[in-house]
Amino acid sequence: MSGRDTDWDGVRLHVVTGKGGTGKTTVAAALALALAARGRKVLLIEVEGRQGIAQLFDCPPLPYAERKVAVAPGSPGLPGGDVYALAADPEDALLEYLEIFYNLRRAGRALTRLGVVDFATTIAPGLRDVLLTGKATEAVRRREGGGSRRHVYDAVVMDAPPTGRIGKFLNVTAEVAGLAKVGPVRSHADSVQNVIRSPQTAVHFVTVLEEMPVQETLDGTADLREHGLQIGGIMINMVRPPMLRPAELAAAARGTVDLDELTIGLKAAGIEEGREVAGDLAVELTDHARRTVLERRERRRLAAVGQPRYDLPLIPDGVDLGGLYQLATTLREQGAA
Amino acid sequence: MTAPSSHTAPPGFDIDRLIGDPRTRIIVCCGSGGVGKTTAAAALGLRAAEQGRNVVVLTVDPARRLAQSMGLSSLDNTPRVVAGTDDAAGGSMHAMMLDMKRTFDEIVEAHADPDRAAQILANPFYQSLSSSFSGTQEYMAMEKLGQLRRADEWDLIVVDTPPSRSALDFLDAPQRLGRFLDGRLIRLLMAPARAGGRAYMRVLSAGFGMVAGVLTKVLGAQILRDVQTFVSALDTMFGGFRERAEHTYQLLQTPGTAFVVIAAPEPDALREASYFVERLANERMPLAGLIVNRVHRSAASRLSAARSLAAAENVDDARYPLAAAVLRLHADRMQVQARERRLAEHFTSAHPDVPVVEVPALPEDVHDLDSLRVVGDCLATAAG
Repeated sequence: MSGRDTDWDGVRLHVVTGKGGTGKTTVAAALALALAARGRKVLLIEVEGRQGIAQLFDCPPLPYAERKVAVAPGSPGLPGGDVYALAADPEDALLEYLEIFYNLRRAGRALTRLGVVDFATTIAPGLRDVLLTGKATEAVRRREGGGSRRHVYDAVVMDAPPTGRIGKFLNVTAEVAGLAKVGPVRSHADSVQNVIRSPQTAVHFVTVLEEMPVQETLDGTADLREHGLQIGGIMINMVRPPMLRPAELAAAARGTVDLDELTIGLKAAGIEEGREVAGDLAVELTDHARRTVLERRERRRLAAVGQPRYDLPLIPDGVDLGGLYQLATTLREQGAA
Repeated sequence: MTAPSSHTAPPGFDIDRLIGDPRTRIIVCCGSGGVGKTTAAAALGLRAAEQGRNVVVLTVDPARRLAQSMGLSSLDNTPRVVAGTDDAAGGSMHAMMLDMKRTFDEIVEAHADPDRAAQILANPFYQSLSSSFSGTQEYMAMEKLGQLRRADEWDLIVVDTPPSRSALDFLDAPQRLGRFLDGRLIRLLMAPARAGGRAYMRVLSAGFGMVAGVLTKVLGAQILRDVQTFVSALDTMFGGFRERAEHTYQLLQTPGTAFVVIAAPEPDALREASYFVERLANERMPLAGLIVNRVHRSAASRLSAARSLAAAENVDDARYPLAAAVLRLHADRMQVQARERRLAEHFTSAHPDVPVVEVPALPEDVHDLDSLRVVGDCLATAAG
């Protein structure tokens, strides 16, 4: 065991959502790495067929199979943990479902050729979602054989659809209920829903400090609460470190930058052409200050959600594997994992 | 002629020439989610209207405040005048939000007699298909575009495509829905009802037995019955769906149509843009250019990131806090700029002929006509 409390100790299914462009996949991957530290085993699932995980971890496209993609850092006396990844695909999930529940693997293959699987996932729009969430909940429940009966995965992280679709995606019972009132899909959906609505599951929201993503976070958290789902943390991504003191910030936001003072400082710093560039640099400063003021306003709006918030720094050169580990460490330091 | 180097600048994307050309009748704004498609569509539409064109902007899922800025408060399929548009040049701007279910209902009503239409509209399977099937929104956006074009009331239609995972969905989803409604399997499902004793029909029926068996297992019997009732009620409309989708698809290949691809200066968004550009070329669909939205540029590029950072380290922070902060800020910005440039160059080296225009990141979100005009100005001047 970890021997240290985190904010989400009882949670085994971490659903990560966020508006497009906020870095949802990156944060999901960083969270998986963070959860896997100290010898734990974590499964990271993507459900949208983008192969975003493979790109992040710089490995070949993921098949419909659980593959080890990274080793998380260990600590003294404990080996590093493992992150496995899976690109879940509704068609493969349906075939697997047919095999497990009906022993229909061969028929399943024939049906794929006829396009029936595509057809089935098409005529029952909720079916697609049930199959994908079903795959995640199955991994959450899976136990090792033999006497140990330990869970195979200590945690499962799902890179879920964006905020705009998350409510529908997770509210599978209602969606399927509209179609099948009884029957196997319905009971499958019910068992999926039991995991998703339990305290074992938390939905984390990734956002950046801009108006629209924050608004979607506010709307999304309210919506999921209404559906009785547990909201997890608010992951504030691409945060830039504060560069100005409050007084300077306020002055710069008003557009009053003391050019003489700036020029003298630039010269002292060894920038000979200080006077020529001071004007352009002052524009950048004002721009930054205005943005910072807005970011503070968005931060206050996020505080109203009343959930733990975690800051993830902007990595100016883009997130590579090293950046991912850095983000994972930041999440652990803040108690998210 | 010299061979183009890998860093040849792309041709400039002249927005004003595009919107000012009376032959441009449709502009389709595409791109992956979160890149600012709706904003770009609205900004292009407003600029064209204020330059004298009669414009309608078809949006699919705008952010609330942006919709409000255009006077749109509900999904009602009705083009409404955008109040506050400058009509001095003789143009006008209308905007509408797509109501996908309503659009679908209208197709049904137009193609079936009233009784049958009522039967279809009440079918539970139809209801879920028309409100939540993943390709329906794209299909209906295309359908609406076709309707607007045929109505011929506007001389420019600007379409904002649905917020799909992939920009390609806009092109693929309508045909998928068309194929689905029109396809082999649906016919297979109907086969028992009309198997006329021909040999091949008996084979199909045997196939159907297995298919129906599995589908019943997976979905339950009710849904299959709903699908079958739906399918037989829809019988008269078959062919119609695919034909309509194909017709609009062809409209997109005509010279009056221009595709504008929108991306953010991020690897994923530019990769999507790249796929889309290649796809358009394959489909012989006319690409006008790429808008790279929300880029960071510095007016003080002559001061490099390295020099700026070194200077910031050198200077006494306590004595010159302003200069130190400004220098760190600038170094940061130069790094971001360099990264965004690399990404854009990567795109251009793969697609050297695609005109590109960049729109700087604005400090605030765009949600009124004035800020839409600012975006329009950026689009036009950046190309120069």
